[in-house]
Amino acid sequence: MKRVYAKEELCLNCRLCEVYCKTAHSQSKDIIKANKYEDPEPVSRVTVCGDKMLSAAVNCRHCDNPKCVEACITGAMQKDKKTGIVRVDEEKCIGCMTCLAVCPFGCIKTGKFAVKCDLCCTEDEPACVKNCPNRALVYADFGGKG
Amino acid sequence: MSINYIPRRFTVVRDKELCINCGCCVRQCSNECHYYADDGKTALVNSNACVACHRCVDMCPTGALRIEKYVCDYRENANWTPQYQQEICRQAATGGVLLSGMGTPKPYPVYWDKILLNASQVTNPSIDPLREPMEIRTILGRKPEKITVEKKGKSTVEMPPQVILETPIMFSAMSFGSISLNAQKSLAMAAKNLGTLFNTGEGGLHPDLKDYTDCAIVQVASGRFGVHKEYLQNSRFIEIKIGQGAKPGIGGHLPGEKVNVEVSNARMIPEGSDAISPAPHHDIYSIEDLRQLIWSLKQATHNEKPVSVKIAAVHNVAAIVSGCARAGADIIAIDGFRGGTGAAPTRIRDNVGIPIELALAAADQRLRDEGIRSSISLVAAGSFRCSADIVKAIALGADACYCASAPLIAMGCHMCQTCNTGKCNWGIATQRPELVKRLNPDIMHERVENLINAWNHEIKEIMGGMGINSVDSLRGNRLMLRGIGLTEKELEILGIKHAGE
Ligand code: SF4
Ligand code: SF4
Ligand code: SF4
Ligand code: SF4
Ligand code: SF4
Repeated sequence: MKRVYAKEELCLNCRLCEVYCKTAHSQSKDIIKANKYEDPEPVSRVTVCGDKMLSAAVNCRHCDNPKCVEACITGAMQKDKKTGIVRVDEEKCIGCMTCLAVCPFGCIKTGKFAVKCDLCCTEDEPACVKNCPNRALVYADFGGKG
Repeated sequence: MSINYIPRRFTVVRDKELCINCGCCVRQCSNECHYYADDGKTALVNSNACVACHRCVDMCPTGALRIEKYVCDYRENANWTPQYQQEICRQAATGGVLLSGMGTPKPYPVYWDKILLNASQVTNPSIDPLREPMEIRTILGRKPEKITVEKKGKSTVEMPPQVILETPIMFSAMSFGSISLNAQKSLAMAAKNLGTLFNTGEGGLHPDLKDYTDCAIVQVASGRFGVHKEYLQNSRFIEIKIGQGAKPGIGGHLPGEKVNVEVSNARMIPEGSDAISPAPHHDIYSIEDLRQLIWSLKQATHNEKPVSVKIAAVHNVAAIVSGCARAGADIIAIDGFRGGTGAAPTRIRDNVGIPIELALAAADQRLRDEGIRSSISLVAAGSFRCSADIVKAIALGADACYCASAPLIAMGCHMCQTCNTGKCNWGIATQRPELVKRLNPDIMHERVENLINAWNHEIKEIMGGMGINSVDSLRGNRLMLRGIGLTEKELEILGIKHAGE
């Protein structure tokens, strides 16, 4: 499957990926409303780690054998058989955050329930990739079962 | 503040309604103008160190930032302008020579803007470059004085080495050290794809660029940094740098802090040592000495590489060019005084040298008068801002043009003129790794190629309008030029008529 890969040698620590992820997962999809006024505040699924010398945008690996799916006590966390995308079913999630505890990459965020990258499901290119100013994120299929 | 205070140049204005406090500006400005309030969230700004490089403006996701000119009025004085007063203040505090980057910002006449181009009407047809072939291929190198042909029509003349370019535009010398490796790599990649050449400057050739040696001009300058046999052989042609338009008569000085491991390897000097290029080549004190160096370089490369001599446009430029041609140079590059630089003493940059337009016209005329114009190629340098400038230069007699500032602008440079500080926010004139990585060669080579391709189209369009279908027919074709608002003397030196004549 296609995943988002970070090229740390090109990452500027600008964190615009976070801004655009947050906007893409807001109600209004408006950058100002999403980042200033919306309540509840939208959550960025991607997190830039590091400092100006070395940084990288960390996002969900959509693992082949996802620990979060394995651990989920309600079956809310599922890996889509067709697309390979690991998603939370918000109807089923009870916010116990077991998934957060087991994800080896720290890719589950806390909102009202578990929040995580959905590869911007409906778009052909995820928001973080599209808006990275230095092409430090690539959306590509480098193998892996999916 | 104190007596050393110099009013800041700019004010950074943040539109609070638009700002989402994402902190991108805080993390991007290498001059540390933006910072967070104690809450760790609210972005604040101190404009004192702002150089108007526009990095924060361009990166801000909501367009919340704007740079304004800051005006702190002085009592009006056309002689003691605020700038002179501020420079005195700076020197009074430091006792140092004033340094600047980029070309002179002084309002000297730009002759390109006083020259108009011709177009065909009725009596000769113009050509549509989209329907008919239009040749801008340019060939540099010494041409034989005459052609002898054997009976069957085969030429018996041994042809000196020639360099074929797919455009009359080349990238001028910018050394690794003065610019980042990523910037040089972007130019090298663009040169390769465009069928033209980039120039290593005097900084040697970094091993990462070994795939681009067939589109490299390698420079031999007074410091002789990084010069060895393979360096000379791994090139399209060799250029002896005598002078630079932005600082004629002055050597170079790359401060030790910019000489990191990579720069030191490419230049073959110890890490952290100042790289000083003497003002003269200590083995060139005459045209005869120059002839020896040209000869040695040709010997070292088995006469396979043309040798170019680059000089700054100075008062006796025509005679000097003639001398260089007679010393065996195959290509002569003349760099006008508006040319850019990584660092130059401000007074030299703003006061020494002459405009490329006049230098080029004078040199071309002199070589023609002496009957040796066709034996060498002339390259003009020193601030070409658009394709029309290039067309005018070719019509004044240039075989090709060197561009540097324009491709740098394509890579993000905003002409903030502080290259000398090494804090270039666009990753161009810096060696700091956190800034260098901002320039991704994969993006930037495309932008430089787009620029030159656009200029190529425009050159073809302008030529077509003149009814000319080959750049060879434009070269030295001064009848295609007319001056506007120029004096008799200026027209005479440029060798063109006034508009209406
Ligand atoms: S937008 Fe790109 S360059 Fe900026 S922090 Fe994210 S991954 Fe890095
Ligand atoms: S949230 Fe963590 S465990 Fe689950 S798929 Fe993503 S990276 Fe794998
Ligand atoms: S793919 Fe979409 S949801 Fe995932 S990190 Fe990127 S922007 Fe956020
Ligand atoms: S980059 Fe723009 S939106 Fe972000 S903190 Fe700076 S001014 Fe505000
Ligand atoms: S120096 Fe450049 S990045 Fe810094 S505030 Fe000024 S314009 Fe913005």
